[in-house]
Amino acid sequence: MSEMLTKPVKRRDFLGIVTIGTFAVAMAAALAGILRFFRPTVFSELSKKYKIGKPGGFPLGEVRVPPGRSVYVFHDESGFYAISSRCTHLGCIVKRGHDEFLCPCHGSRFKLNGDVISGAATRALDWYDVSMAPDGQLVVDEGKKVKKGTVFFA
Amino acid sequence: MASFKTFIEDVKRVPSEFMESLFRHGPPETDRTRSEAVFHNLFLHIHPVRVHRWSLKSTLTLGLGVMSTASFVILTATGILLMLYYKPSTILAYDSIKDIHFVVPTGRFMRNMHRWGAHLMVIAVLFHMARVFFTASYKSARRFNWVIGLMLFILTLMLSFTGYLLPWDQVAYWAITICANIAQSPRELTDALHITGFFDPGGLTKTILLGGNEVGEDALIRFNMLHCILLPLVISFFMGIHFWRIRKDGGLARPEDADDKLGPLPDGEKPDFTQAPQKTYGLMAFVRGSSPVVGKGPEHTVPAWPHLFYAELAVFMISFVIMLALSLLMDAPLKELANPLVPENPAKAPWYFLGLQELVSHSAFMGGIGVPVIALLGLFLIPYLDKEKTPEGIWFAGKGEKSVTVKSAVFGLTSVILIEMFTIRFGWLRDWMPGIPQLIAILVNPGSVLTLIYMLWSIRIFRQTGSMRLGAVAIFTCFLAGFLVLTVIAVQFRGPNWDFYWWPNLWPNH
Ligand code: HEM
Ligand code: FES
Repeated sequence: MSEMLTKPVKRRDFLGIVTIGTFAVAMAAALAGILRFFRPTVFSELSKKYKIGKPGGFPLGEVRVPPGRSVYVFHDESGFYAISSRCTHLGCIVKRGHDEFLCPCHGSRFKLNGDVISGAATRALDWYDVSMAPDGQLVVDEGKKVKKGTVFFA
Repeated sequence: MASFKTFIEDVKRVPSEFMESLFRHGPPETDRTRSEAVFHNLFLHIHPVRVHRWSLKSTLTLGLGVMSTASFVILTATGILLMLYYKPSTILAYDSIKDIHFVVPTGRFMRNMHRWGAHLMVIAVLFHMARVFFTASYKSARRFNWVIGLMLFILTLMLSFTGYLLPWDQVAYWAITICANIAQSPRELTDALHITGFFDPGGLTKTILLGGNEVGEDALIRFNMLHCILLPLVISFFMGIHFWRIRKDGGLARPEDADDKLGPLPDGEKPDFTQAPQKTYGLMAFVRGSSPVVGKGPEHTVPAWPHLFYAELAVFMISFVIMLALSLLMDAPLKELANPLVPENPAKAPWYFLGLQELVSHSAFMGGIGVPVIALLGLFLIPYLDKEKTPEGIWFAGKGEKSVTVKSAVFGLTSVILIEMFTIRFGWLRDWMPGIPQLIAILVNPGSVLTLIYMLWSIRIFRQTGSMRLGAVAIFTCFLAGFLVLTVIAVQFRGPNWDFYWWPNLWPNH
C-alpha cells in the first residue's frame, strides 16, 4: 500500500494521472461556483429595522420590549438605547431581573449594560442602533450593532 | 401448429413456470440450492453464502449491527407513512403532528414507533460500536470498515437531530436554536482573535444549515429535506458499503483458533460438498491462491440459508417487539407550539446529545465542537495506530484488557464526577476572575480539562504496558464513562437555568 505513495511514477501512469487530474480540476472549478447555491440570500425573516413609536409616548425610566422582538429598549436620563435579549452563548432569550439579565438555558448572567457577569457566554449582549424616522418615531435597527453606551438623545 | 389443448396446458403451467423464472433454482434443500438462493438474489447476495459458526455466536455480536439495521428499516417504513400527513411549514407543521397524534387512525402508533425507533437505533449503534471495539474486531482488513462505521454513527446522529426539529414544538425549536448556535461557535474563537470580520466559518455554517439567520421556515425546509431524503439515501449507501465490506473482509472477525475452540460440528450437520461446483472463483481470478478442492469444503461454515437468515430474522423481531412495546406503553412527547420569544426552560435536546449539552453549558466552542472533534478523530485513529496482533472476535481477550477496562472505567467515572461536582459547587474560571482573557475562558473549561485528563490517563497506560491496544482501551472506556455520567447529569439533575437539582420536583415553579 505504502508503495503506492513512494514509488516513482511511470511515464505512462503520468499521462493517465494528468488526464484524470485535468478532468478533476475542471469539475471542481465548475462545482465550486455552484457551492454558493447553499448560502441563503433571501431571508424570509422579519425586517431588522422597525419603528417603536414616538419618544413622547415612552416615559423616562420605562423599559420596553417591542412586540415580537428580542430586544429591550431603555429610556433613561441619557436617552434611548436598545440591548439585544439574545444570549451570546447559544441564542436563548435572556430575562430581565431587577439588576441583571438571566439566561434560562445555561444560566449565563449579564449586567443591565450587557456585560457578562458569569456563565458560559463569552461576549456582552449586543447594542443596536436607535434613531428617529422622519415621521418622528423612534427606529431600532437590529442590523446595525453599535458600541456599548451609544445612546440616542431625542 | 399448437393446438387449443396445448394452449390450455400452457396456461395451466403459468404459475409454476412463473415461480421457476422468478427463483431459477429448486427449493433450498441441498447446500447447492441454498447457496444459489443467496447469490441469485439481489437482496440476499449482500450476505455471504456460507457463514462461519463463530460469527453466529449470539454472544459475539449481541445482534447489535442487525438491530441497527432493523430499526433503520422500520424507521424508513414508518417515516414514509408519517410523510403522508406531515406538512413542513412553520404554520402547519405543529398542527399536522397534532393531527397525526390525535386524529389520523393509528397515527399516534406510527409516530410512537418512529420516535422510539429513533432512540433504539441510536442505542443499538452506540452499543454496536462498543462491541466492535471491545472484541477488537477493527483490525487489519477491517480498518476501513470501522471508518465507514464511524460515518454511519455520525449519519445516525444527524438523522435524529434533523428529525427533532420537525414537530415544531418548544423543545424542538429551542434545541435546534442551541445546536445551530453551536455550529456558529467557532465565532467565539475568531472573535477572541479579532478576525471574524473577514474569516467567519462559524457564521457561514450556521446560515447554510438554517438557510437564514434564525430557526424559521427555511430551516424547517432544509431539515425536512435532509431528514426525509438526503440523509436516508446517504446512510443506505454507506450501509451497503458496510455490509459488502464485511463479506469482502472474510466475514466477522474471529480468533485464529476458532475452529478448535468450537470443536467438531454436531452429527448430522456435516456440510455436504459433494455436488460438483459449476464454477470456481479461482478460475475467474477473483481469489488468490488455490480454489477449494471439490468435495472438501470449509468445515466450520454453515449455509447462510437458513442459519444466518433465521438469526437475522430473530433480531429483527426482537427489535420490532421492543419498539412495539414502547409505542403501546408510552406516547411520543409534544410540547407547546414553538415560540421564538420565550425559551423552553430547561431546553433539553434528545438524551444522546445531552452529554454534549452539559459540556456546552461550560463552553459553547470546546463543548460543542472541540471535544466532539477530538473524540471522533480519536475514534478514527484507533485502527490505524493500534496494529497489535491481539485475539480478535472475543470480548476483552488481549492480555490485561479486562483489568485495564475496569481500571479505566473507575478512573473515568471518578474524574468526570469529581470535575462536575467541583464545577457545580465552586464554579469555574470566570466566577473567580471576571476579567480573564476570552481565549483562556474558551479553551480551559471542565470539558477540555476532562478530555486532557483522559488523554493523559491513556498515555500513562500505554507507557506502563507498552501496548497501543491497551492505551486505546483506556481512552475508549474513559470516554464512554464520561459520556454516561454527563448524560445522566444533564437528563436527571439539570433544571431551569441549567441549575443543579437532585430531583425534578424540586424545580421552582415559573
Ligand atoms: C447505522 C449504523 C450501523 C449499522 C446498520 C451497522 C451494521 C453492521 C452489521 C449488521 C454488522 C455485522 C455484525 C454485527 O451485527 O455486529 C456490522 C459489523 C461491523 N461494524 Fe457496523 N453498523 C453500524 C455502525 C457501525 C459503527 C458506528 C462502527 C464503528 C465505528 C461499525 C463498525 C463495524 C465493524 C468494524 C464491523 C465488522 C465487525 C467484525 O468483523 O466482527 N459499525 N455492522
Ligand atoms: S444560551 Fe444563554 S446561557 Fe446558554
